[in-house]
Amino acid sequence: MAETWQEILFWVLAVVMGVSALRVVTTQNVVHAALYLVGTLMGAAALYVLLLAELLAWAQVLIYVGAVVVLMLFGLMLTRAPIGKRSYDNNQRLLAAIVAGGLFAVMSWILIDAFDGQKVQLADAEGTTAESIGDAIFSSYVFPFEAVSVLLLAALVGAVLISRKDEASLVDDPEEGA
Amino acid sequence: MPVSYFLVLSAFLFSVGVYGVLARRNAVLVLLSIELMLNAVNVNLVAFSAALGDGGVPGQVFALFIIAVAAAEVGVGLAVVLLIYRNMRTVDVDRMSLMKW
Repeated sequence: MAETWQEILFWVLAVVMGVSALRVVTTQNVVHAALYLVGTLMGAAALYVLLLAELLAWAQVLIYVGAVVVLMLFGLMLTRAPIGKRSYDNNQRLLAAIVAGGLFAVMSWILIDAFDGQKVQLADAEGTTAESIGDAIFSSYVFPFEAVSVLLLAALVGAVLISRKDEASLVDDPEEGA
Repeated sequence: MPVSYFLVLSAFLFSVGVYGVLARRNAVLVLLSIELMLNAVNVNLVAFSAALGDGGVPGQVFALFIIAVAAAEVGVGLAVVLLIYRNMRTVDVDRMSLMKW
């Protein structure tokens, strides 16, 4: 019984995610594209809850929906993307659709062929806790974790440096110029 | 539930992202499509993690790493787009042909 409900929920989420993903790449309004992305990302978060990955679902909501989409909206505003109807696609749409369709066909064929018959047992699984993930990060995966930390710091400093105003505003800062 | 359901869903999301990267002209919309692709990979990892049961914790750890890397990528990507906008007054990727001959 629980299995049926999970399957129904999966299909609902899959349809929501698929439709909003398609709208992200086809809508002619940039703000709508960002908002449809929220639909896809929230669907993914719900899928993580369905797959009993709580911590990841919350991280998804916090980082993707909370931070990344807001950053994207800031980007749209700061680049003065014309809000309203206008064509945002180039003239290779047909070619892009053929490439994407071919990629989807090949990937799903390979994936179904390779993982046919494997099942996700959700009925009496306990799911992963934040504790077990924390244990894994700080025991087996300490080095990748530190590498990601350094990457985030470098990205932060780099983003500040790149998006700074031109040199004229930095005259009273002798450290600059290198 | 067969694990291939999740895999096909994530393959679909990835392909939609590929279409967006190829067909969009606005650089910020290209970044949105890249987010779609990264998210598809995460769905894949979490599905495998659930399929493996108790041994599936590493899959979620990798998904967390991907989320962190995606955040860094968006930060730097938007900074680059803003700089290009400031210098060229456009974010149209078809018109950024300065280094192309």
